[in-house]
Amino acid sequence: MSLQIKPILAALRRHKAGTLLIALQIALTLAIVCNALFIIHDRLAHIGEASGVDEASVFVIHNQWGGDQSEQEIDAQVRADMAALRQLPSVRDAAPASGYPLQGGGWDNFITMTPDQVKPTTDSAVYGGDEHLIDSLGLQLVAGRNFRPDEVATMGDQQMVIPPVVIVTRALADRLFPDGSALGKSFYAMGATPSTIIGIVQTMHRQGTSTWDRPYAGQALIWPLRRADTRGLYYVVRAKPGELAEAMREAPRALYAQTRMRIIAGKDGIQDYARIRQRAYDRDRGMAILMGVICTVLLAITAAGIVGLTSFWVGQRRKQIGVRRALGARQRDILGYFLTENLLITGGGVLLGLVLAVGMNLWLIVRFASQPMPIAYLGVGVLLLVLLGQGAVLAPALKASRVPPVEATRSV
Amino acid sequence: MFAYYFELALRSLKRSRGLTLLMVLAIGFGVAASMTTYSVFRAVSGDPIPWKSSKLFVPQIDMWGPTGRSPDGEPPNAMDYADAMALMRAHRATYQSALYRISPSVVPADASKHPINVGGHAVYSEFFPMVDMPFKYGNGWTAEDDTQRSAVVVISGKLNDKLFGGENSIGRTINIEGKDYRVVGVTGDWNPQPRYYDISNTGGFNSGSEDVFIPFQRAIAVSMPNDGNTNCNEVPAEPGFVGLQHSSCVWMSFLVQLDDAAAVQAYRQFLDGYAKDQQLAGRFGWAPNNRLRDIPAWLDNQHVVPSDTKVSLLVALGLLVVCLVNTAGLLLAKFLRRSSEIGVRRALGARRSEIYAQFLTEAGMVGAAGGVLGLLLTGVGVASVGWVLPRDIASLARLDLSLLAITLAVAIVATVLAGLYPTFRASRVQPAWQLKSN
Repeated sequence: MSLQIKPILAALRRHKAGTLLIALQIALTLAIVCNALFIIHDRLAHIGEASGVDEASVFVIHNQWGGDQSEQEIDAQVRADMAALRQLPSVRDAAPASGYPLQGGGWDNFITMTPDQVKPTTDSAVYGGDEHLIDSLGLQLVAGRNFRPDEVATMGDQQMVIPPVVIVTRALADRLFPDGSALGKSFYAMGATPSTIIGIVQTMHRQGTSTWDRPYAGQALIWPLRRADTRGLYYVVRAKPGELAEAMREAPRALYAQTRMRIIAGKDGIQDYARIRQRAYDRDRGMAILMGVICTVLLAITAAGIVGLTSFWVGQRRKQIGVRRALGARQRDILGYFLTENLLITGGGVLLGLVLAVGMNLWLIVRFASQPMPIAYLGVGVLLLVLLGQGAVLAPALKASRVPPVEATRSV
Repeated sequence: MFAYYFELALRSLKRSRGLTLLMVLAIGFGVAASMTTYSVFRAVSGDPIPWKSSKLFVPQIDMWGPTGRSPDGEPPNAMDYADAMALMRAHRATYQSALYRISPSVVPADASKHPINVGGHAVYSEFFPMVDMPFKYGNGWTAEDDTQRSAVVVISGKLNDKLFGGENSIGRTINIEGKDYRVVGVTGDWNPQPRYYDISNTGGFNSGSEDVFIPFQRAIAVSMPNDGNTNCNEVPAEPGFVGLQHSSCVWMSFLVQLDDAAAVQAYRQFLDGYAKDQQLAGRFGWAPNNRLRDIPAWLDNQHVVPSDTKVSLLVALGLLVVCLVNTAGLLLAKFLRRSSEIGVRRALGARRSEIYAQFLTEAGMVGAAGGVLGLLLTGVGVASVGWVLPRDIASLARLDLSLLAITLAVAIVATVLAGLYPTFRASRVQPAWQLKSN
């Protein structure tokens, strides 16, 4: 089958407006779809980040104190609460914590290598917990050791205690000591005294998931601190395998049996990790869904537009098609004609669309601090639109190829 | 005449049902997507206090110097204790209030009940007239209560319902953190979004309620801790809440009312003078770098409208444009298919303007049908944004009359615009040529 480009171009010149409109539509669709796919992929990658937590068995209680209690009373109560929680048959371990991974935001400190360094080396999320925190979260200790009970200090309201020992994530260790020699080394986290790295955990997500946290992804440290804060604290509880629901029922009962002068809010007071993860990424998931919906609608409308306009052209050219058929053109020549015509229009639209897609991406980078889009997205977008165009044109083209040669003799 | 065109259009649309349906669907979806995202954008970009937002200002003082500034040289977006107190003492604005977020526990009189946790702010008495707080019962407290550190409280109508069954509770007491406070005011409906008076703690939108307001100096005196963010450029030298007050950490918001341009100018000069005094006293080792923004400028500066919302709106508008291009193409095909009909009408004496009227009526009807579909889909869209967006923002998106009107108007106007070129082409049809070829 020889490609009949010349007659197609000649025919298109007689439908300039329609051709331009379809090409423009394809260009805009390509630009939007490429950028939307990129946003979707970016957000899905974000949502899939590992927390390092044994998410199937861990839940978090937000415990606030009622009434007026001294810091000593609070610390004694926290210890009593821990003993009560760890005794529950469905609970594997429990620990007090100042915050937890994927919380949505929380405590972080700048890190320096010397006490008088002006520009910080990096930033780290900070977690305070006792010697049970690593096991309660299900973190993986890959080097060094856990805290000893005698290393755990208490920290009152707005108090800043800098413990001499610290456990860091692999990501923070590698950032500070790229040669892998982090264990035993020390750094400063906005204090006058250093903290020495005694252990390294494989993964522990920061509390935050915002764009601010992105450059510091995975960088976190744990200090041996038990918060005796009148505002309250978090209890991280790890259930025995398969007993999460049971543990989540028993834990608040055990705590209220200790004292009623506490507040565990009904809705957000106790959350398992499924819920914590869902809340942490609800923005990203929402954006991905929205972009997905828009892409689908866009592609459907463009496909429908191509079907509509090509059908009209086929209807308009029935007589000419009949003449060609009478002069010996085979059905597949007619089919080829319309497929090629669509390919030419799509090609033109796609070229313009590539420029628009890159322009839109650049604009998003400048205006909204988005990331540069990899070339692959353009490739995927082009392929998608060419296939869409050919698919959409197939039905009207088949209809055209079935126009009988006798049509040439009809007057209308 | 319009009725005739209407009938013609109806017939024409009926003749090619597929094409008509396609156009209506395209416009419906395009309009619904844009209007749904617009409803969210409108909700988050609104002015929370339109009648006086240009009179309310947020001062910023550069107490951290060059090491604590943002990359573009902005000072911190909150206030430390020392500077906030200095501004309160100077009292240079019509109204001013330092404020910080508190989350005390309210202990019920009935010992068998659990204490409940409430959210609120520690504020000065001038906060209430400044934000035009509506009161259901009573009023705010007095300037004397501020200085006397009186144990008084303003509670929300919601908390009043919970504690006092909605009765007038003025003069009664509630137990907050183990101490009794006398109720002086019960607020009416008041839920400004974004929370312009405390952006640094809410990031703008917050579905949490403002249940209690306590005199600022009282809260400091009883060491009611700050429940909001604390940002430090250096570690406080002393521990505890007192240590926080002595530190340069920022944890407070500050709001002032300045009634005219002269007052704004004077306050600017006052801030710079204050910073210069601090520089002379050796506390600041840098030149004054203050800011004084009114509420709209402040919301913009703090990027209160999430960039996701803006990107969604733009992408949805892109979708609408594609739908219109699509409609233009289909209308063109539809109108030109009727060239012979146009030829006959023109030959029988119809003027070009009448052809215009006829075809734009048809386009308008497609637009109206698309608009009605768009209305339904926008309703579905707005109802389901809760699935897609964080609840603090999703709960603000509303379907109201103005949104419905805009949806219908956008659909019709856009479709008529899309129909302009096809109509122009239709009006150019040469009657003689058409009659001959038939």
